Amino acid sequence: MPFSAQPPASAEPYVLSASLDNARHLSSLLRAVHFQDHATCFATASGLRVTVEDAKCIQANAFVQAEIFQEFSVQEESVMFRINLSVLLDCLTIFGTSSMPGTSTALRMCYRGYGYPLMLFLEEGGVVTVCKINTQEPDELLDFDFCSTKVVNKIILQSEGLREAFAELDMTSEVLQITMSPDKPYFRLSTFGNAGSAHLDYPRDSDLMEAFHCNQTQTNRYKISLLKPSTKALALSCKVSIRTDAQGFLSLQYMIRNEDGQICFVEYYCCPDENISEAEV
Amino acid sequence: LSRIGDELYLEPTDSGLSLRAVNSSRSAFASFLFAPLFFQLYEPGFTGPDTELFRCKVHMKSFLGVFRSLPSLEKSVGKCLILLKPRACRLVLQLHCKYGVTKTHNLAFQECERLQAVFDTQSCASRLCTPARVLAEAMVHFPPTLAEVTLQTGPGGKISLQNYLWLAEDEFQSVAVAPGSHITFCLKEFRGLLSFAEASNLPLTIHFDEPGRPVVFTLDDTVLEVHLVLATLSDLESDSQSASTNGVSHLPTPSDDFADDLESYMAAMETSEGVSGGLPSPAFPLHTPRPAESDLEEEEEGAVPGTPPHKKFRSLFFGSVMTPGRPSPATTQEVLAEDSEGEC
Repeated sequence: MPFSAQPPASAEPYVLSASLDNARHLSSLLRAVHFQDHATCFATASGLRVTVEDAKCIQANAFVQAEIFQEFSVQEESVMFRINLSVLLDCLTIFGTSSMPGTSTALRMCYRGYGYPLMLFLEEGGVVTVCKINTQEPDELLDFDFCSTKVVNKIILQSEGLREAFAELDMTSEVLQITMSPDKPYFRLSTFGNAGSAHLDYPRDSDLMEAFHCNQTQTNRYKISLLKPSTKALALSCKVSIRTDAQGFLSLQYMIRNEDGQICFVEYYCCPDENISEAEV
Repeated sequence: LSRIGDELYLEPTDSGLSLRAVNSSRSAFASFLFAPLFFQLYEPGFTGPDTELFRCKVHMKSFLGVFRSLPSLEKSVGKCLILLKPRACRLVLQLHCKYGVTKTHNLAFQECERLQAVFDTQSCASRLCTPARVLAEAMVHFPPTLAEVTLQTGPGGKISLQNYLWLAEDEFQSVAVAPGSHITFCLKEFRGLLSFAEASNLPLTIHFDEPGRPVVFTLDDTVLEVHLVLATLSDLESDSQSASTNGVSHLPTPSDDFADDLESYMAAMETSEGVSGGLPSPAFPLHTPRPAESDLEEEEEGAVPGTPPHKKFRSLFFGSVMTPGRPSPATTQEVLAEDSEGEC
């Protein structure tokens, strides 16, 4: 099939077709949620959402708005399919992952609909690669039912302050405990590992704190192995919002600025760990 | 210190905070003494007439984990607070970082006895002092797998590091050596000290004596005193002679006895509890400060080393080891045979 900007007129119209001058705008975001092999893609006229879940406890979503693409068209109300994210990422980065200034991989993505594979046309420096990735029946996704009206505590931090903390989390600890409070210690991350406990405290008046809205003291524990992958999203982002609701469900929203200065979002939702014992102070 | 042992001994004293380590075969000991001036605030705690200052040991890995990435630490950490909480059984290390962020690590510790090697730099026959750089540059030529090196003072004021190179006397800051002397020591622990010395730009002083007597490396600064004591190979030709001239507490020469003793205390070690790991070799005599043990009452020049082994096997081991007279931390041929087989 010759590489062309327009779909062939005689063929069935593509249910989803998109063009992106710089595939990295998509691949870097997808890497931030790549902690399982499979992902569910959901496309509407407003853009593309890629969801990855694990253990029925954690869900990550990467949002790429239609405006990021040079061309984005969805012929139905919504298009949804399950795909192997590892393969998708390998294809998007088929020309290599190093970002040399001036060179970028152009992407064209086409999907004919249910049962059809996802077609990727990638071009860099005159070389074209065509990939066909099989799609699968989409799984039912978790609904964390997390809406802004139910939020008990919310803070917005500059990612710079958290990056090192997350990268150095004591992985011998089974849980990551998050305390948010209108009083001291305000915002505390704690681990309980083999060497002993470690606490990381961020005061409410820190320069890193962009917004601090804590109404109630809450301490929740989350399985550290589930949250560790969010470090990738944190590394890409400039700001992160941390919210908890009355049940202790955690929402992490990362604001990511891409190479062209456009804003995209990645969010992680996590259930609190069921085996909660008295928190160690 | 992590190149030497798996456990870090912390001992606050009136003259500063001492951090020490010893290796499992007790053939290497190092201590870093930070004078109170080194710290912004130094409070060793309360001592009464009967109580000693509290001391403890922690796992080296746990302690190092707190200071994981040095370059970022230098940029982000303003100050570090170290607190010993005996009742909570925790050593608290609190790092105050930029943006008001506080990192608190509560490390579990174990109580321990005082760890001190027996050595006296004044009694050493030879002394060399050199900027660490000189030795570091010399050692660049050594194969990285080299386990031991022999330092020899030769005629014409030449100092050699067998068998790789000669250094002239004038490359050293000061030389006061007995001619024709030589010592052989393990490189593993020494390399650690050398890189520290190079990084802190301090001159290194080497105190040594006869083969078999320990070699002491020291670094001195206004706020820091570092000692590294390494056992040296005793001369193979004169093993029994040098052993007796040193007045060494050594195991009886017939190796059968040694094997028997070894078996009996290994058996005792397995059955007893609360014993610290590692074979207490005769490299440093294991005195305990308890006056009840009549053999061990001798208070040498600060000789109170080691974590006391369980009483039961201690008597079995010391029964064969302790000889009256001045004990010195010399090594016996049996132990060194193991070392030179490349496990340095």
